[in-house]
Formats: sequence, structure tokens, C-alpha cells
Amino acid sequence: MTKMLTDARSIRIKGRSFLAVVLAPDLPFDDWLVRLDDLAARSAGFFLGRPVVLDVSDLPIDRTQLKELITELAGRNVNIMGIEGGRPSILGPGMPPALKGGRPVSDEAVAKEPIIELRNSEPKPSVPEARPTLQSIVIREPVRSGQSVIFPEGDVTIIGSVASGAEIIAGGSIHIYGTLRGRAMAGSLGNASARIFCRKLEAELLAIDGIYKMADDMAPGLRGHSVQLWLEGDSIMAEKLI
Amino acid sequence: MGKVIVVTSGKGGVGKTTSTAALGAALAQRNERVVVVDFDVGLRNLDLVMGAERRVVYDLINVIQGEAKLTQALIRDKRLETLFLLPASQTRDKDNLTPEGVERVITELKRVFDWVICDSPAGIESGATLAMRHADMAVVVTNPEVSSVRDSDRIIGLLDSKTMKAERGERMEKHLLLTRYDANRAERGDMLKVEDVLEILSIPLIGIIPESMDVLRASNIGSPVTLADARSAPAMAYFEAARRLAGEVLPITIPGEKRGIFGKIFARRAA
Repeated sequence: MTKMLTDARSIRIKGRSFLAVVLAPDLPFDDWLVRLDDLAARSAGFFLGRPVVLDVSDLPIDRTQLKELITELAGRNVNIMGIEGGRPSILGPGMPPALKGGRPVSDEAVAKEPIIELRNSEPKPSVPEARPTLQSIVIREPVRSGQSVIFPEGDVTIIGSVASGAEIIAGGSIHIYGTLRGRAMAGSLGNASARIFCRKLEAELLAIDGIYKMADDMAPGLRGHSVQLWLEGDSIMAEKLI
Repeated sequence: MGKVIVVTSGKGGVGKTTSTAALGAALAQRNERVVVVDFDVGLRNLDLVMGAERRVVYDLINVIQGEAKLTQALIRDKRLETLFLLPASQTRDKDNLTPEGVERVITELKRVFDWVICDSPAGIESGATLAMRHADMAVVVTNPEVSSVRDSDRIIGLLDSKTMKAERGERMEKHLLLTRYDANRAERGDMLKVEDVLEILSIPLIGIIPESMDVLRASNIGSPVTLADARSAPAMAYFEAARRLAGEVLPITIPGEKRGIFGKIFARRAA
């Protein structure tokens, strides 16, 4: 049994990673800004046109101090695209959005510029090989509400259920040996051949290669069944397994 | 060394404080030394449920900030020799709880008591994460309805990532306590069934507490339900849960269903 799950026009939502420079200021800000100015004087235009993420984790500052810091940085042509590690209480309207989930790569100090860390949100491109190795991860416990499994490199296999309010984002296919109650997004970096498999479908949202489907739009006959989903053109197709 | 239990749920109003008091009193009646600690700083309730609200002089925050000694803040229960309460502060807020202070207090309590039962505040913010941080095991209190179950699931995720045990790479022992259960309403589909909750949360069950007026009555007279009326259905369910916490293996019964002929059919073991 095959059912159409999507109408012709759909909205594409895709994940994309960019390289951003992470600035981690320390207290007192005045001293730090002096050192930043010193750096800027030595390598003019370092921050021009670069997306910069401000890392304020573990800094005991309040909203006013953060606002002042952002203003000071804007005056130096440093444009903050997001704030990492900020407590919700110090963030507010008119500030760059909070970012989380950034993965540090080995800190690379730019020559003679010890206060700048370079972090890459994607794994470093490995040396091109003739046969790229396919990656996958296996998670042996239930994914709880509020948890995210994000694995852009390949397939994700879950031995257990995915709770309502949890999400799985995979570059490849998603296999769930349990009930899928949360969200599953396969082929998140643009892989139209990715599929989603689950032992029992109760999903809140399903997406393959950016084309998504909410729970209400799914054929009711599929609920509670063992299902696989794949993409044909711009439509998510679904089929009961067994 | 005593065992530290956190009673937590994520969602408010599901019965954390009631369960903390009832389990504490049940364990103390086995002649074990028990302290119940109220972590709900700013919204303290455990003193009321324990009937000790008029005897609070110093509280957890005073101890953490060094304004009082632990022995000055501990309140001995009037009915049970081995039951103590460490109340929360009503005038401060949760920002006064420091990780170092909490660690010091818990370590000291563990040395003296067999059981340290921490009543967590609702939510997933610092108060709740500090209450669970040093726990050896967790009692996840859940009502048989979807929002409570989802919040419990979130809390289980935090128990597996934010606690000292999890950070040391050990497994946190988690137990499900299903409260306010009404077998008739579950049968009619107004409530989730026990099986449904267990299937979603997939942690072992230590007890099913029936929805009962006895619980409310006990709270209002300032007595844990296991002390107020030890023969009532919720009290008996809490006594069984306390025995399971202490390591006994007992079959779980669903309250509200007639025992006897049906007892065998409905008796079931923890998942």
C-alpha cells in the first residue's frame, strides 16, 4: 500500500552549516577590548564581512553589560550573528539570536592572534579518498523528549523509541527500532534518496531532504504501523512494512 | 553512607511533595533514618505537608550560606523519631542554591541518614537540576496523562545527562511512581493506562498510587498519608513503593481493582 503524503507545492527547510569565527571575551571587557583593538591594528579588516559568534558561556554578566559589549563590537565593525552560551535572562529583543549545538573542532590559534578561536560546525573535509567511507551511528537507548540527535554525516539507527518532543536529524537515513513519536528529518543536507524506517509511526513531523509533513497531514491508516517513508519528486511516499 | 533519592517530575502539581512526605514517612516507619529535603526554594510546601510549618527556624539556604548549622536547621518529626525535615526558604529564590553548597549539605546528610529524599521543584531549571545532581536514584512522579508523561520523559533525559552519576559514566537508577491513578477512568480511555505510560517512559515501575480523597485530607491536616491513615489505599501503595525502593521485589497491583478473584489477573510485576 502506497500513499501520497505531500501536495505538489511544499516548503523546503534544509540544514546548512557555515564557518563562523567564535569570539570568547573575558572579563573585564575593557581590557579585552584593548587587546582586540591591538589585534585589529595588526591585521586590519580581519572581521570585515566575517560572521562572528560571541561565546559568553560562564561569564557572570548581565543584560546591560552584554548590550554594551555588542555596541562596542559593532563600533569596531564586528558583526555578531549569534550568541552562544548566554543565559536566557541576559538575552533580549534586539540582540542576536542564541545559538547552541556548535561543535568545536581543534582550536586553531591564528598566527600571533591568540584570542581568536576558529570553530567549524562541520567536520573538516578529510583528504579526498577514492572511496569515501559511509558513516553511521547506533544509539542503544530511547531518545527522550527534548533531546536531539544530529548526525549530518550519515545514517542514524535508534534501538528504542523516539519520544514526543525529541528529534533525529540525519544526513542519511533514519532507522528506528521502536516507536517514533517525535520528529525525524532524514537527508538533512540534501539527500533525496534518504529514507525513514520505524517500527511504529506516531510521528509529530517527518522530513526528507527538506520536504516535510506534519502529523495531521499523514494518512491515518499509517499511524501505529511499521512504516517506511521515502521521497519521489517533491512528495513523501509511505508504505507499511509487513 | 545513605542513599540519595530525588523525587522529580518536570511538571508541577503531579504529587512530588506528597510522595516525598509519604515515602519518607514510610521508610522511617521501618526504623531507618530519613531526612526529606525541600529544594523548592521560594515556594516551599513540604513543611506544610509534614505538619512542621510552625517549627521552621533555619532553612536549607541558611545552611548553604553558612548562617546556620545543619543540626540547627533539621526539624525532627513529632510522630516519628527517625524522620527529619530540612525545609526550604520561602523568602529567597532558587538563585541562592549554589552547586558547592548543595554538594556540601548532601554529603553531610548522607553521612548521618540512611535515606536523603530530595523534593525537587517543578521545571527543568537550576533548582530542579541541583536537586537531582547528587542523587543515587530517582523517583519520577507521573500522572496518567500525556503532558505529565512527556515532561517526565524530558526529566529522564536530564537524569541521564546532568547528574554527577551520569557525568561519571554510571547509570542512574530511575523508578516510575504513577500517581492519581483511577482504574475506571483509564478503562474508559479518559486516562492513559499503566501499560501506555510504561511503554512511553520505559523505566521500572515502583508503585501506582490511586486517586483518593485521603491524600488531600492528609495534606490538609499536615501529615504524610502514610502516617495519617496507614490503612488507606494510597498509604498502602506508598508502603509498597517504599519497600521496593529498599530493594524488595513485590508484584505490582493496580489499585481500585478488586483483589481476590481478579487479584491474580491484574497483579503484575514491574517492567
